[in-house]
Amino acid sequence: MSGRADSTLRGTIKRVYKITSEHIEPDALFEWSLKPHHGAVVTFAGTVRDHSDGRRTLRLEYEAYAEMAEAKMREVGEEIREKWGIEDVAMIHRVGTLEIGEISILISVATPHRKNAFEACSYAIDRVKQIVPVWKKEIRADGEREWVERNS
Amino acid sequence: MRIIVKCFAGCKDAVGAASVEVDLPAGTTVGEAFAELVDSYPGLASYDRSVMLAVNREYADRQSVLADGDELACIPPVSGGAESHPRR
Repeated sequence: MSGRADSTLRGTIKRVYKITSEHIEPDALFEWSLKPHHGAVVTFAGTVRDHSDGRRTLRLEYEAYAEMAEAKMREVGEEIREKWGIEDVAMIHRVGTLEIGEISILISVATPHRKNAFEACSYAIDRVKQIVPVWKKEIRADGEREWVERNS
Repeated sequence: MRIIVKCFAGCKDAVGAASVEVDLPAGTTVGEAFAELVDSYPGLASYDRSVMLAVNREYADRQSVLADGDELACIPPVSGGAESHPRR
């Protein structure tokens, strides 16, 4: 899914929950999110970091239980709607091999006022990390390859 | 009855396949099915305490009874999003 393609969704769909193997641009959801009645769009981008626990990481490999992951992201969106009354929530999670600096997850929350958007976006990433079945494998400079499977 | 088992991340490595089919007696619970899998694939034993199990794409408790054709998924602790969880 490219940012340009997303812009065609603007105004037609309220929520997007997607697992993708394609590169995610930082503004992929921004254009889609912004509507005339909004005063705030908060986006969170999780990016691939070059180190973990003091060791150098070369890249990450993400794997998802895609059908369930999309359903669980939708569930997080429903929780946000119930808690804050926010309709416009979008999440894209990348799978496959990601290089340092690439976006692994992009979340966008658009609201009339900013406070709820910040709170809901923070809530969204916390919940994603709890219930959305996605895993990453660290490919390290020392040659090790290891699934990151730590209990939250 | 026949169950489809989907395995992810370290569970997939332990089983050596992303998906396997298993025949189980009617009335088998989710927990009993996982125990059967551990017997067949001993590498799964280390996941006994940490794995979450899902039936037809919804988290299920181990007492749930499986039905023919169910999709049982072995879900190790998830690590999506971005930054790692701190080590405990």
